[in-house]
Amino acid sequence: MLAKRIIPCLDVKDGRVVKGINFIALRDAGDPVENAKTYEEQGADELVFLDITASWEHRRIIREVVEKTAGQVFMPLTVGGGIRNLEDIRFLLKAGADKVSINTAAVKDPSFVVRAAEKFGSQCIVVAIDVKRVRKTDELNSNIPSWEVYIYGGRKATGIDALSWAKRMEASGTGEILLTSMDRDGTKRGYDIELTKTFCDALSIPVIASGGAGNMEHILEVFTLAKAQAALAASIFHYQEYSIPQVKEYLKKRGVNVRI
Amino acid sequence: MIAVVDYGMGNLRSVDKGLQKVGRKTLVTRNPEEILECQGVVLPGVGAFKDCMRNLKKYGLVDCLYRFIESGRPLLGICLGLQLLFTESEEFGRQKGLNLIRGRVTRFPLLKGLKVPHMGWNTIKKRKESPLFSSIKDGSYFYFVHSYYVIPEDEDVIATTTHHGVEFTSSVWKENIFACQFHPEKSQKLGLEILKKFGELSEKGC
Repeated sequence: MLAKRIIPCLDVKDGRVVKGINFIALRDAGDPVENAKTYEEQGADELVFLDITASWEHRRIIREVVEKTAGQVFMPLTVGGGIRNLEDIRFLLKAGADKVSINTAAVKDPSFVVRAAEKFGSQCIVVAIDVKRVRKTDELNSNIPSWEVYIYGGRKATGIDALSWAKRMEASGTGEILLTSMDRDGTKRGYDIELTKTFCDALSIPVIASGGAGNMEHILEVFTLAKAQAALAASIFHYQEYSIPQVKEYLKKRGVNVRI
Repeated sequence: MIAVVDYGMGNLRSVDKGLQKVGRKTLVTRNPEEILECQGVVLPGVGAFKDCMRNLKKYGLVDCLYRFIESGRPLLGICLGLQLLFTESEEFGRQKGLNLIRGRVTRFPLLKGLKVPHMGWNTIKKRKESPLFSSIKDGSYFYFVHSYYVIPEDEDVIATTTHHGVEFTSSVWKENIFACQFHPEKSQKLGLEILKKFGELSEKGC
């Protein structure tokens, strides 16, 4: 049976990890390869690098990071941040990335995802969607849950309904959706279960839940209540509040199918 | 020396580095003469079946692969590199494959709650003992990412099966042809174990 995936996410700026694993950060100020190796030893199921380098040199820097990591770490690696065209994707895949995550560029030109999936295959195209809950009522004044898509790292609202957007991206050939609740991100209050479940039920491609993980129970809930295929988390692993084996043991004891 | 066939489809770096990690010399190439001089060949592949076959033809690699197989040296197909070995695929209409193993490639069925692509870590069940899996236990996890799977005509070629909505063939072994649907180069320790076994077979001959 397919296991639920635990995916640590590392923010990479100018070739260094910004939020690193604590003890690694002591030994080395956040080398992405060292962080990746530690996560591999711990049994992470995949790894995501989010490149937040702002300088014009960012393509060269992230390429070096991906090349070094892919040479030493033998698990799936997704890279996101600043991907604008097919050349950016080719560049990262050639460096050793397995998947790329596209966000703003997909909203600005939805046909980009179609072309990317045709060119490189659905399996390597992840569409990342950052969403915020919007209050909507129908004629009976009952609440209908709905969410709006944000771009540019959550700075710009688009007015686009997130569920319709996700369905459109699925039809465009994306292999997976990385769904981040901006309402929960950084709060440690848990994943937005209603959001995640709505998307998992409506889509036939896998959904990675993101935003809000603060403890192991949150990860359990997103698998059992929302039926997410994968859970992405950053701070709970980076700051050594929990290790990946600890989380997996906890999940396994409660009947969740994880790879140990 | 093991050739990693570079025909313009996907990430070759991991498989190349994986083989090096287990102590093998590798050559990433699309030159048929170079490939025919190697002791083993890895045929990777991601993307669309049709594009992969087109590129194999474009680079003159189809005959090269047939000749390599005839020589009795081992070949390892990975993911789409497994599917390409079969007679035909149903991906975007009927597409002819290499027909080194008789059978077809079909899509996962539309079932409620079944996510396609089949993406992530899943377990294998051994159907027969095969050299690549000699140290691998039933129930071991490997990393998969695919929407299509192979159905061999001759079930004797099936080395392992895996369950995702249906029980499908996750690896095959026929004489000197080895191939798996999962990615050993992405499956951490156990994946490297498979690459190691393939490296040994390439050195000793099978």
